[in-house]
Amino acid sequence: MALTKEITCHQAVALVSNYLDGALSWRDRRRLEHHLADCDACSAYLDQMRVTIALSGLVSPDDLSAKALTDLMDVFEKYQRDQTD
Amino acid sequence: MDDEALLERILAGDRDAFAELVQRYQTSLVRVARYYVKTEASAEDVAQDTWIAVLKGLERFEGRSSFKTWLFRIAANRARKTGTREYRVINLDPTDPVASARFNDQGMWIEPPAPFTELIDTRLANTEVLEACKQAIRNLPEPQQSVVTLRDVEGLSTSEVSHLLELSEANTRVLLHRGRAKIREALEGTLKGGYSWH
Repeated sequence: MALTKEITCHQAVALVSNYLDGALSWRDRRRLEHHLADCDACSAYLDQMRVTIALSGLVSPDDLSAKALTDLMDVFEKYQRDQTD
Repeated sequence: MDDEALLERILAGDRDAFAELVQRYQTSLVRVARYYVKTEASAEDVAQDTWIAVLKGLERFEGRSSFKTWLFRIAANRARKTGTREYRVINLDPTDPVASARFNDQGMWIEPPAPFTELIDTRLANTEVLEACKQAIRNLPEPQQSVVTLRDVEGLSTSEVSHLLELSEANTRVLLHRGRAKIREALEGTLKGGYSWH
């Protein structure tokens, strides 16, 4: 008899994000891992999600506009003046 | 150079170090401020006030939290004071609208996802892929966009993100899941669209 209730692909996919963050209950984690062991499609989905998260971490910030940079450097210069006062 | 090293240089009066720190965080700061305030212009004002507060408080910053956490806390507090928007009540539909169309009545994939790990893995720094990812994040509705920005772009913990955005951790996790699912879908679409990988 199976100790863990089987889940569908649709249910498995809903658990993937929390799985990668280590935020699933042990029951859900077991259910998902059982499912992944037999399901290539959901395993591919898991890999894609892993890559997606890694890519988000590599996205570079926008370049500052010239105006924003000037304004912020003014902020810095004022700070320096205040320091020396 | 890490944040702490930049902070030391800033304390020593290094202008370039300040410019580098600003460049590093300004996009996300404005993003998070925008979560609370109504216009891009007032989000930029909040970001500027944040930098003023950072410079003023730098000597007293003890490093009990990471600089990043401290910085975003200042921004969120300031934005909250300025802002009027209310995101705390969020209707969380238990079904997942993002992926539903991909499954049949038995909850099985109609068209399984095509693996893209091999294609991307060796090219994690590929600028086209990163640009597609950046665009996908930008296209996310709020509050998903702020959640993904703080969690996956800036790497804060889910608990820190939920505090900054005044969301429950459970809500934060659902929003994160949805945002990530949409970005994944966008990347899948980009790959299907026949990118050249050479």
